[in-house]
Amino acid sequence: MSGTSMTTRAWFLMLPLLVVMVAVIGWPLVDTVGLSFTDAKLVGTGGNFVGIDNYAKMLANSNFQRTLITTAWFAIVSVAAEMVLGVLAALLLNQDFKGRGVLRALMILPWALPTVVNATLWRLIYNPEYGALNAALTQLGLLDAYRSWLGEPGTALTALIVADCWKNFPLVALIALAALQAVPRDITAASLVDGAGPFKRFRFVILPYLVGPLMVALVLRTIEAFKVFDIIWVMTRGGPANSTRTLSILVYQEAFSFQRAGSGASLALIVTLLVTVLAAAYAALVRKTAGSAT
Amino acid sequence: MLKSLNKTLLGAALIGVSFASHALAETTINALFMAQAAYSEADVRAMTDAFTKANPDVKVNLEFVPYEGLHDKTVLAQGSGGGYDVVLFDVIWPAEYATNKVLVDVSSRMSDDTKKNVLPGAWTTVQYDGKYYGMPWILDTKYLFYNKEILEKAGIKTPPKTWDELNEQAKTIKDKGLLATPIAWSWSQAEAAICDYATLVSAYKGDFIKDGKPDFQTGGGLDALKYMVTSYKSGLTNPNSKEFLEEDVRKVFENGDAAFALNWTYMYNMANDPKDSKVAGKVGVVPAPGVAGKSDASAVNGSMGLGITSASKHPDEAWKYISFMTSQATQNQYAKLSLPIWASSYSDPAVTKGQEELIAAAKVGLAAMYPRPTTPKYQELSTALQQAIQESLLGQSSPEDALKSAAQNSGL
Repeated sequence: MSGTSMTTRAWFLMLPLLVVMVAVIGWPLVDTVGLSFTDAKLVGTGGNFVGIDNYAKMLANSNFQRTLITTAWFAIVSVAAEMVLGVLAALLLNQDFKGRGVLRALMILPWALPTVVNATLWRLIYNPEYGALNAALTQLGLLDAYRSWLGEPGTALTALIVADCWKNFPLVALIALAALQAVPRDITAASLVDGAGPFKRFRFVILPYLVGPLMVALVLRTIEAFKVFDIIWVMTRGGPANSTRTLSILVYQEAFSFQRAGSGASLALIVTLLVTVLAAAYAALVRKTAGSAT
Repeated sequence: MLKSLNKTLLGAALIGVSFASHALAETTINALFMAQAAYSEADVRAMTDAFTKANPDVKVNLEFVPYEGLHDKTVLAQGSGGGYDVVLFDVIWPAEYATNKVLVDVSSRMSDDTKKNVLPGAWTTVQYDGKYYGMPWILDTKYLFYNKEILEKAGIKTPPKTWDELNEQAKTIKDKGLLATPIAWSWSQAEAAICDYATLVSAYKGDFIKDGKPDFQTGGGLDALKYMVTSYKSGLTNPNSKEFLEEDVRKVFENGDAAFALNWTYMYNMANDPKDSKVAGKVGVVPAPGVAGKSDASAVNGSMGLGITSASKHPDEAWKYISFMTSQATQNQYAKLSLPIWASSYSDPAVTKGQEELIAAAKVGLAAMYPRPTTPKYQELSTALQQAIQESLLGQSSPEDALKSAAQNSGL
């Protein structure tokens, strides 16, 4: 088959997908852009054209700036922790030991649970009156009185990050484990013969095989973490005193609770832009590391 | 061949289905309810079953969401072209729903008898600008619940009549070592906190809004928040109150970990149920206290109503259903979790028996019900106030400053 007919055929096969994508992503996106330049309400009339007013007001709003910092902190810390935990878990599960299969299956569980279930579970764990965390810490003598983990701005965000990590590190572990299986046994065996310690073996023999897949995990998790909504909505609704309010929660409040569809759309587009820039930066990084690895 | 046969069969089946539904003339209406407090989900299902038994031509699809999702779900369904015929709505939403045409004006459907026989206070739940946007269904206010056993052990003869007395009694209980933190509130960053705050605002005779402008940042509104902060800082209030919703308050009270708790009607019979509660039989209830020289009691209007959405294609059936759900017979039958809206029910022994104490408190509380402001911007105002309350409790800002910025962010 010639190259051109191959291309035509590929495009032909892709056509249904493209149509669906334009319908479910493209059109709503265009509609949202239009909406973001109006003062439309959620119900009622279409609203008047207000230019970049919504954007200007949003960017100058101290609530927005504070929420942006909260979101960035949440994303950076939780994704970093998930990457480290995920790789460690994968290294462990890649060892030969009895019960490895069961452990692998168990590890997937938190990730397979719906986020709302996970969040409700952690709310119970953190419960200031009857929670398991308080009980465990006091029994171990690490805490002398029960604490309100989700009620203090100092601990609420960290508590949410822990819950998010618990749910999402298995995904990173899964991807890393698959990559580890691809490391040829004879190379690791050879490095042992050459006298490389565990750290050197990881850094120079195993890590090069992991970089590509881990980059994929990093991109996926960062984008998800930037858009985080459900786990926070269920556990703190953005409280106490808005210390755990992220961008998605702000979008939700603006567009749905306050019914300012236009202003909400502009905020949603700012978030979309941020995530796109992040994804593009990562993609460039992946290309660079993949290029240097080969 | 096979394909065309399939098509024919499918066509026949479709025609059959459409004929069948016409033959029964069955109408299906969708109703949105809440999955907590007051009437339980099982009660609403039982009431609805009774309705469909009496009206076999109307089918009712029920959906239950937590209170926190009720408003947004209603508005979203409306924004996307409908879905619900009947929706449960909170007393704070008629202004917004009426302005944005979410609910239908049902004034012309309301009979004079109904207008006369329902408690006057209940009507404020469904009215905006002189028009009726539904029927009141859950009549509710916050009461002060107390643990009789703990008060007795502390040598306290009568429950508090003023908010200052509440602090004194709580201090006695704390000093005697009976409980470390005797009072429980629902001060989580949610509407629940506004209900507690509004109860106090009513006691201090404050205003939320005056002449269309925020007025809570001085006078009674400021006194109310100051009271909350003092109670919190003194250690008399359970510090976890700032992440409690009503259900958390109930659990703490039922576990015997609170001497006093502010909560809705539904807690009375639940806390007195030995299956769930460690304090069954020891539950006392009085109207929320007042402030010496200002008020004898305080109460917030926490009632809810049932209305017809403007997207509904079956308003007549929807009204039939609402009339049944809010009828005196139905309400009397389920009076254990939510008191009836009908004035004469309160002298009916079938309703009052076994809950005389609650009825006595209700007579004072329901008469004193204080409304949260009726403004289309309510959600924004409430969100700003929730933030102010939490910042003050956490000591991030003074009540004065917190309320000042809440006034600026209230959208008014």
